[in-house]
Amino acid sequence: MKKTVLLLAMLILAVPLSADSNLPPAYWANRELPDARQEAEAQALMEQLRCLVCQGQSIADSDAELAGDMRDLVRRRIAAGESPNAVRAWLIQRYGTWISFKPTDEPAAWPLWLAPLALILIGAWLIRRRIKLKAGA
Amino acid sequence: MSRGLRLIPIILLLFVLSGLAWRLIKPADTAVPSQMVERPVPQFMLAAALADKPGLAAADLATGQPHLLNIFASWCVPCASEGKVLQELRRHGVTVDGIAVRDTPDALSAFLARNGDPYARIGADRQSDVQIALGSSGVPETFVVDGRGVIRRQYIGPLSNSNVPGVLQELEQLR
Repeated sequence: MKKTVLLLAMLILAVPLSADSNLPPAYWANRELPDARQEAEAQALMEQLRCLVCQGQSIADSDAELAGDMRDLVRRRIAAGESPNAVRAWLIQRYGTWISFKPTDEPAAWPLWLAPLALILIGAWLIRRRIKLKAGA
Repeated sequence: MSRGLRLIPIILLLFVLSGLAWRLIKPADTAVPSQMVERPVPQFMLAAALADKPGLAAADLATGQPHLLNIFASWCVPCASEGKVLQELRRHGVTVDGIAVRDTPDALSAFLARNGDPYARIGADRQSDVQIALGSSGVPETFVVDGRGVIRRQYIGPLSNSNVPGVLQELEQLR
């Protein structure tokens, strides 16, 4: 019993090992661009870029330091006049299409685009069959 | 509806369940490989991370001899254990250059004093800019760069002793 309590106390008091750097976030990581149109462009792009650390999140949502540095990079490039598509292409060149949540038109993604069409066709066929069966009965 | 058609939902369910079971048993690989392998190192120039060691630029990697480019940080736990392996490679005549991600000179020199210093040059990447330009997704990672400054291979995660013969052989082939 005493051991369990001691163990629990140790667990509660334990400090998680920090895997974060000791530098503050990059300048534009958590700061909006002064130009509202550019900030909107940057925000829309950041919501479509996948965080390398917390892989289900976008870099707009992630608290990871690398995501902060990527937000800084996106805002800096947009502020310098680069188009969001150019920034996305630059990142895809480095990390592959993995980095973008937006599906591309490469052959590997075709089933994704064709699936809704196929499902609608199958559904239409099923409904037609049902109507025919009912009419027959 | 015929018996065969009625089985379809059950078959689909089994298919989905076996897919879930398979992923539980064998989790997906979460590593994101760099697409910069077989491409030249992107242009960059990093200031020296320490006062007594030169910084690192893309040109320093295209010297005619192959290099190891190690992305590391003093705050990265697995990087500490990798130090021994990099020193072993250095003893075999390998040039190891470092990029210290989001680091401070004090933390870095304490880290090198503790774990050994295999680096010929260390550039300070204070905002992960060069790390991102290389398509690296974390620390530690190691790139094999040939004499023309072209990235030939990426190791994700810390190098271990079992990697030493492979890395040496690879570098020998690039010489």
